[in-house]
Amino acid sequence: MGDAMKIEQICKSFNNDRTRLMDIVRTIQETFGYVPPEHYELIAREANTHRVEVESVVSFYSFLSDRKQGGVVLRLCNDIIDRFKGADAVAEAFEKELGISMGETTPDGLFTLEWTACIGMSDQAPAALANDTVLTHLTPEKVPGILEALRKNPDPQALVAECGDGGNADPLVKAMVQNNICERGEVLLADNDPEAGLRKAMEKTPEEVIADMKESGLRGRGGAGFLAGLKWEFTRNAKGDGKYILCNADEGEPGTFKDRVLLTERADLMIEGMTVAAYCIGAETGIVYLRAEYAYLRALLEEVLNRRRAAGLLGNSICGRDGFNFDIRIQMGAGAYVCGEESSLISSCEGTRGDPGDRPPFPAIAGYKVAPTAVNNVETYCCAARVMDKGPVWFENIGTEHSSGTKMLSICGDCERPGIYELPFGVTVAELLEKVGAENAAAVQIGGPSGQMLDRSQYGRAISFEDLPTGGSIMVFGRQRDLLEVVDAFMEFFVDESCGYCVPCRVGNVLLRNRLERIRNGKGIPEDLAYLEKLGISTRRMSRCGLGQTSPNPILSTLENFRPIYNALVREDRSGLAKSFDVLRAVEPACELTGRRSVIFHA
Amino acid sequence: MSKPKVATTSLAGCFGCHMSLLDIDERILELVELIDFDKSPIDDIKTFSNRCAVGLVEGGCCNEENVHVLQEFRKHCDVLISFGDCATMGGIPAMRNNIPLTECFDEAYRSGLTVYNPDNIVPNDPELPLLLDKVYPAHEVVKMDYFLPGCPPSADTLWAVLTALLTNQPVELPYELLKYD
Repeated sequence: MGDAMKIEQICKSFNNDRTRLMDIVRTIQETFGYVPPEHYELIAREANTHRVEVESVVSFYSFLSDRKQGGVVLRLCNDIIDRFKGADAVAEAFEKELGISMGETTPDGLFTLEWTACIGMSDQAPAALANDTVLTHLTPEKVPGILEALRKNPDPQALVAECGDGGNADPLVKAMVQNNICERGEVLLADNDPEAGLRKAMEKTPEEVIADMKESGLRGRGGAGFLAGLKWEFTRNAKGDGKYILCNADEGEPGTFKDRVLLTERADLMIEGMTVAAYCIGAETGIVYLRAEYAYLRALLEEVLNRRRAAGLLGNSICGRDGFNFDIRIQMGAGAYVCGEESSLISSCEGTRGDPGDRPPFPAIAGYKVAPTAVNNVETYCCAARVMDKGPVWFENIGTEHSSGTKMLSICGDCERPGIYELPFGVTVAELLEKVGAENAAAVQIGGPSGQMLDRSQYGRAISFEDLPTGGSIMVFGRQRDLLEVVDAFMEFFVDESCGYCVPCRVGNVLLRNRLERIRNGKGIPEDLAYLEKLGISTRRMSRCGLGQTSPNPILSTLENFRPIYNALVREDRSGLAKSFDVLRAVEPACELTGRRSVIFHA
Repeated sequence: MSKPKVATTSLAGCFGCHMSLLDIDERILELVELIDFDKSPIDDIKTFSNRCAVGLVEGGCCNEENVHVLQEFRKHCDVLISFGDCATMGGIPAMRNNIPLTECFDEAYRSGLTVYNPDNIVPNDPELPLLLDKVYPAHEVVKMDYFLPGCPPSADTLWAVLTALLTNQPVELPYELLKYD
């Protein structure tokens, strides 16, 4: 069959629907190893959209490529935790063994080697993806063996000799990933009574369910902390038919891996929570937006959905209730951090670039396909099901006054016991550090790069929406670490992940990072610190979505909490000449072109 | 007391900012009551003869001579003002910053569609200052004290800034003088 026919068939399998463009190009990429630019026109025609839409989707997502990729795409996680655990040495080993640099494909077409942002394995770093297969605890010594095995058998799944615990050993997953559950809380990781939440919810009216949710004080677990019950009420009361329930499983904040564990161990609970939401909002369609890095969990999730359909827990007349129809599809992401932002996530589900939208209107009024849409995090839906089972008062009594329940924390970095800790809100940083075995930590990053970095004097603060909000990422840094290296890595991440839509974020982050590097190179002056502060605040205030509104945080929070580090690097300069400007370097290309030296400066 | 000195220069600019300075029209008579011009294209003085109170810099740095002149300005002036968008941000000349210098030379002198250059040479007289790898706004080369945006800043804007500085008053720039759209 010719390429064109294959593409036509793929588009047809998604009903030539332009809103399924993500799935269409993903499938084309799987079939051809890339999305051939010469067929953009055809894809656009078959998907009833424009060529530019196809091109912009392919160029936007890091897992899509317009160049032929190797049979096995090796994506090494480059987040700072992985780098501190030796990712650079692993990368070097791969480069040496394959004879290519990062970002290249071997001439035989067998391998492509790339860096990628955090893949959610920081507790078992350094880690990488070989196509969809997760490789953990890599070392340079393991590299030759991995490549030899892949040359013999190009299926990366064959590299998994021993499966991880729990759901990771499920025949549909078979991953070497470990859950690393270190502490189970009573809400999510304790044993639960399957479907009790849904059953009890259906004994009530939708209004009563919403009232319970509001009473429980359950706030969104993605980070923003909006009251879930209120969001559901807005969505229920919004005008419009065909409302949607979206589940954000695009856990992209570096250092976060708690949804990975929930998806592996509590997929039913999550879907149950979504079904409760559908019941009280009156939605018939749900979408789980699963990040591409977690593609290895897809088969398991599909199986859960199928099992639930067969058991009458999804589909038409759920639990025998006439008129309660709800079904869920999985939307795969393709490697874009910004898609964790709800409006970007909606754009992505609609088959376009993951650009954030203007708010208001909020998704509760006009979300997916402009219909009222409730978007919540995996953990929020899991909590919702438990609230319905055990009651709002039970839930509200856990945690602090304004932060009910427990929080799944994923802790990684320089500590003895990295992993998952489900703890009631209100736990202090010092208590956490004791649990993970890192009492001597020099700094703790709360909430990932977009959060804040704390120094020792603040370890008495509590994880909660009122004090230290976090989506779950907690990174611990020991004394041996150069904290500005961490900040630099975070800024590099934001520069890479900015969608480019608005200037403050696209340009501001680059300028921030350049100035930071100038300081790190010893070329900084005290005024540079004021510059960083001013520009950071402008970027935060002027950016369109949460990415740019939080991206200056690594710099701003270290300027506040670790000022002496910066002060030690900058020097007053009275000459008035910019230290960062090197005229001999600036004339170098011209010297080469003309073959002469500078009369003025090469004295 | 002798009048304070003002120096001006046009680096990688188009002289438009200087034209705007001349647009203060008859107020230039008032200005020379307040100041003397030192090194400046306005009086054609080529080298600094005195310490200056204010240096007005038009344009960023695109070649080594620009750098040299700007450094001299820093040495001889108490207050340096980036005067116009090119000095402040690089402006139009900085459009080449995304293109390697070799490619710029190739397009301009070697392989451009309208170029006739059988010897395949590039301009290389020792008199010609060497180009920099890219165009730098003034403050990336020396410390600048003030920035006056505009392409060009209007005569009224310049007038307001200069008279305020020279009479030791706070600079007041109403919105109309900074709005360019």
